[in-house]
Amino acid sequence: MSKHTLSVLVENKPGVLARITALFSRRGFNIDSLAVGVTEHPDISRITIVVNVIEALPLEQVTKQLNKLVNVLKIVELEPGAAVQRELVLVKVRADNETRSQIVEIVQLFRAKTVDVSPEAVTIEATGGSDKLEAMLKMLEPFGIKELVQSGTIAVGRGSRSITDRSLRALDRSA
Amino acid sequence: MTEQATGAHHPQPRPRSGGQPSAPEQVTGAQSLIRSLEEVGAETVFGIPGGTILPAYDPLMDSKRVRHVLVRHEQGAGHAATGYAQATGKVGVCMATSGPGATNLVTPIADAHMDSVPLVAITGQVVSKAIGTDAFQEADIVGITMPITKHSFLVTRPEDIPQAIAQAFHIASSGRPGPVLVDIPKDILQARTTFSWPPVMDLPGYRPVTKPHAKQIREAARLITQARRPVLYVGGGVIKAGATAELKVLAELTGAPVTTTLMALGAFPDSHPLHVGMPGMHGAVTAVTALQKADLIVALGARFDDRVTGKLDSFAPHAKVVHADIDPAEIGKNRAADVPIVGDAREVIADLVQAVQKEHSEGHQGDCTAWWKDLGRWRETYPLGYEQPEDGSLSPQQVIERIGQLAPQGTIFAAGVGQHQMWSAHYIQYEQPATWLNSGGAGTMGYAVPAAMGAKAGAPDRTVWAIDGDGCFQMTNQELTTCALNNIPIKVAIINNGALGMVRQWQTLFYNQRYSNTVLHSGPAESNSGSAAGPGRQPSAGTRVPDFVKLSEAMGCYAIRCDSADDLDKVIEEANSVNDRPVVIDFIVHEDAMVWPMVAAGTSNDEIMAARDVRPDFGDNEDD
Repeated sequence: MSKHTLSVLVENKPGVLARITALFSRRGFNIDSLAVGVTEHPDISRITIVVNVIEALPLEQVTKQLNKLVNVLKIVELEPGAAVQRELVLVKVRADNETRSQIVEIVQLFRAKTVDVSPEAVTIEATGGSDKLEAMLKMLEPFGIKELVQSGTIAVGRGSRSITDRSLRALDRSA
Repeated sequence: MTEQATGAHHPQPRPRSGGQPSAPEQVTGAQSLIRSLEEVGAETVFGIPGGTILPAYDPLMDSKRVRHVLVRHEQGAGHAATGYAQATGKVGVCMATSGPGATNLVTPIADAHMDSVPLVAITGQVVSKAIGTDAFQEADIVGITMPITKHSFLVTRPEDIPQAIAQAFHIASSGRPGPVLVDIPKDILQARTTFSWPPVMDLPGYRPVTKPHAKQIREAARLITQARRPVLYVGGGVIKAGATAELKVLAELTGAPVTTTLMALGAFPDSHPLHVGMPGMHGAVTAVTALQKADLIVALGARFDDRVTGKLDSFAPHAKVVHADIDPAEIGKNRAADVPIVGDAREVIADLVQAVQKEHSEGHQGDCTAWWKDLGRWRETYPLGYEQPEDGSLSPQQVIERIGQLAPQGTIFAAGVGQHQMWSAHYIQYEQPATWLNSGGAGTMGYAVPAAMGAKAGAPDRTVWAIDGDGCFQMTNQELTTCALNNIPIKVAIINNGALGMVRQWQTLFYNQRYSNTVLHSGPAESNSGSAAGPGRQPSAGTRVPDFVKLSEAMGCYAIRCDSADDLDKVIEEANSVNDRPVVIDFIVHEDAMVWPMVAAGTSNDEIMAARDVRPDFGDNEDD
């Protein structure tokens, strides 16, 4: 099994996300994480999908089937070395007067932020790659994680090139 | 979007009168819908009105260009539209109301999706404000059909109707064809709007590639001229692309054997010496074996379906694969391709012809002489065939064979699903494309009667025969009423063996002749003793429930029964001569006839059985 990050540019229209997730479930593809947001062009949304690929269903099938969706404009696989990948977590950790300073130390170590404090808990905001966040959560676990919220991965290619440029042009022409 | 932008062939809808776009007219959404259907050239619509689609039926009544056929069940509308599309090559159109009307279209939409048939389904939806409230006759038909449509539209503004219809027809009919659903809320149909044609096409993400890559074509031609044991594996894409003339040239140029799949019967003349039959689970021994022993498979508009390949791991183990399809996702999906070619079958084959000619001119010519010696031997030793029942009852294969032989030139055949479908594939000679309609991918029982109706509506001058089973017939026969009332005189042959024959065949072969719930002509008490009664048990006289002759007569058809080979030609001639109403012949056939050859499900194509307990000898048993 291997993980791949796909950036999928889609028309910003109702039901597009449903089409994509329906396709994944119908074809037996596994979504590891999913993040959706509008791009610099209001008519284009960008969906970042981390796919778990098994041997029998190679990535090529995933991208080819996605490409057949009429609302999908473009699909780019972002290789880990050539892209910046980030996730966001919000984690509520049990804390008292004794443990709070240790927790804050871990927060600083991972360049995370404390966003809320109460007598019994600390809420931490952290961004980063999944390795870093996993490491931080492992450190926090002994204190007692009360609640954990994670976003899907978002990613952008390194360098000056933009994957939206050409799709924007296609969209302008069709308008 | 322009052609230069994407390099893609992308026809735009044009006003029928040509020239300038029409001036905007003040209309209702419903009028806009009907005007759009007129402009896009939809001549026949199959449907049933109901609450939410009702506004559309008012202007439809006045349309001079759109004929509406009022069916008896929405499933019939869907299959009729499919049959119409397959017979004419045009987009089939069906219309239904919201909720149950729309959900009754699900089966034909799924069917069209599996067989890549251009279909536009138009459904009414509850008023916009009520969507999501579980309103009366509400169903999320866009959501329900998402996995079985090529695309779908939920129209939210009345001014979007022309664009949605134009885009739906364009998507349905271009690239790999398929079904498109247009769902329109009732208030959108009732609203005032303007209509002008043609609308702007806005499909930036839809760019089907039709022109094949020259380098891949050259590589394919090189493999073709080097191969010693090539096979042209032809699928339904060749018929959809209208590439049968090109295929004949390619086949004769290369001298390679041609096998046409269930979806491609008629793409290459059955009578042609290069034709080796149908491949697959019930394929001809020669065709199945040719693929197994091939050193090169040239797949043209075919998709390596599991019914063709059998157990995939052992399919055509020695073959290199050239795979040409208009859908890139089909290439490499089931079988890896050595030379992938994305493109329209007609352009691909035309380019291949040129490239092969060039190879020939450079002295590279394949030699299939030894290959044809093998093929000829298999063809001679294992022809398709059947035995007459010993008890003198009618043989279903003979019935179907005679219908084919006595049919007028250009007759269109539609089959249901099961034994009679396979026999129709085997024993009718298909010489022209679009003369064989069936539910190949989905295997939809009940397809034949409504599909034949649609075909006859689209091609009224042709004879249309539905070859149906008694199980299939009981699913959709109500459309015979539609045929009788709308002057659509189809002919139906019920291959009546009193059982769900194909399932019964599996029970015979794999379930120790325990005929659980496959006997149709009697109730549970009798059928429980079915295993004890064993094979050969005949339906007893007077227990015909339903009586298909009476049933058909009640629906306005001319109906006769035939249970003897002596009457066979007479009743078929009679059926062919009646053209003022639908004809139904209830052929009482032997219930134990089986479909052979057969590759048992999940086994290798090497294990093909030519007949019961007869495994062909290919002279290779010592290697096994």
